[in-house]
Amino acid sequence: MSDTTKHFDIVIVGAGPAGMAAAVAASQSHRSVAVIESNPWTGGQLWRRPDAAATPRAGRHWHARFKACKAHLITEASVGDSIAPGHLLVETPASAFNLFYDRLIMAVGAREQFMPFPGWTLPNVFGAGGLQLLAKSGWPLQGKRVVVAGSGPLLLAVGAQLRKRGARVLCIAEQTSLKHLVRFGLTLPRLGPSKLWQALVCQSQLLGVPYRTGYWPIQAHGTDRLEGVTLRRANGATWNVTCDMLGCAFGMVPNLELARLLGCDIEQGTVRVDTWQKTSVNQVYCAGEPTGVGGMDRALIEGQIAGYAVTDQPDKARALFGPRQKTHDFTRVLNQGFALRDELRTLTTPDTIVCRCEDVTAAQLACCDDFRTARLYTRCGMGPCQGRNCSTATHTLYGWETEFSRPPVTPIRVRSLVDLSVEKE
Amino acid sequence: MSKHLTLSVNGRSLTVPEGTVLAVALAEAGVTQFRRSVKGQARGPLCGMGICFECSVTIDGKLHQRSCQTLCQEGMEVTTDE
Repeated sequence: MSDTTKHFDIVIVGAGPAGMAAAVAASQSHRSVAVIESNPWTGGQLWRRPDAAATPRAGRHWHARFKACKAHLITEASVGDSIAPGHLLVETPASAFNLFYDRLIMAVGAREQFMPFPGWTLPNVFGAGGLQLLAKSGWPLQGKRVVVAGSGPLLLAVGAQLRKRGARVLCIAEQTSLKHLVRFGLTLPRLGPSKLWQALVCQSQLLGVPYRTGYWPIQAHGTDRLEGVTLRRANGATWNVTCDMLGCAFGMVPNLELARLLGCDIEQGTVRVDTWQKTSVNQVYCAGEPTGVGGMDRALIEGQIAGYAVTDQPDKARALFGPRQKTHDFTRVLNQGFALRDELRTLTTPDTIVCRCEDVTAAQLACCDDFRTARLYTRCGMGPCQGRNCSTATHTLYGWETEFSRPPVTPIRVRSLVDLSVEKE
Repeated sequence: MSKHLTLSVNGRSLTVPEGTVLAVALAEAGVTQFRRSVKGQARGPLCGMGICFECSVTIDGKLHQRSCQTLCQEGMEVTTDE
């Protein structure tokens, strides 16, 4: 087999919790297994490698199991395209190759949801989890004044972590009202991860970081970098905070580009799968966040089920159906508890940038009826991120749907396309 | 003691511990503007996970490389849009 062609019985895209669990499960068979990961490290966003010393016990456990399993790992590898069933075009910094599989598991995780507001493109305005990831990698935070804003349980973890790393966390602004939060908190004990939630809340209180519910950012101030942020609350009162950094995100949304490229059915923003984690496309499976954002527990369980299913170990998979249901209940409660308030859809002014790659403003998009028209007339979604940020934003702002992924789903070198022309059968 | 390596950022040399993520090395070196947008606005990292491309820099002549997903290498030549 040449350098530019590889074949494995099972290919797993993504080496986060779901992908690692899938690899461990699939490796308990006689099939050949490969895992491709776009980062230089394994562990996904939750357990990323440069932070190995601070990785929690579950992460160390799964890293050890993953390392011990026989799966072949290819890092810094992105899927650019798929031109036939069973084929992926994969690119690494050094080369590109055609990767053929019998069965595929997509374990591609989720990203943060950003909502455009004036000033959100300024340097030092980050995602909330984004800032946490950079902090884990050593981003300088000592003495920095930071505001954490947006929505979801993650904000508390972010605030606590930033503070631990020397930042002055001025406040955590959660858009959800206290009423919704209390309801969420009351539902949790039945669902398991409550310990995590309690630990986070307690930790946050102990640290003395103000946690303000029913607040959201309406403007980031600064010229060439962030200098402050204005927060608003439901009664219309505003509050200006001078700060060096803002970590802001409104929950997580699944990464759907690969599923769309392969033609998998998407339902209500998630990849539709059956009890074996199989998608609507033959031989293609999906596990973790793309089937519904539910965090680590869900990713690990679905990853294992998919790994067992693709290697014909149904009994082992079936044993995890019960635990999986519990994590699905958690997803439902999470979505209800942190539903976005309508005010967040009205934060843009005419000159607020919605598509950051192509600098397309809200005023330009006001003339468009759908995402396709916006692409054609404004270049919205045509930049390097391929609409990953603005498709979510325009869906939330204007209700636009994205039906397809336009290959390449990640930017690849023209050289790779030329080198790897594969004949369609 | 961990090993160190030296790279070049906009022509200035920078020494960092092995395993340092490039975006972090740039921040340590005082860079806030990683790229200029198509209309010339200053931009820096947003998502930290390879989604948004706002941390893109030029590495060894290759454009649009995501610094948040790149580990520093000995002799690497990095250019940001100053």
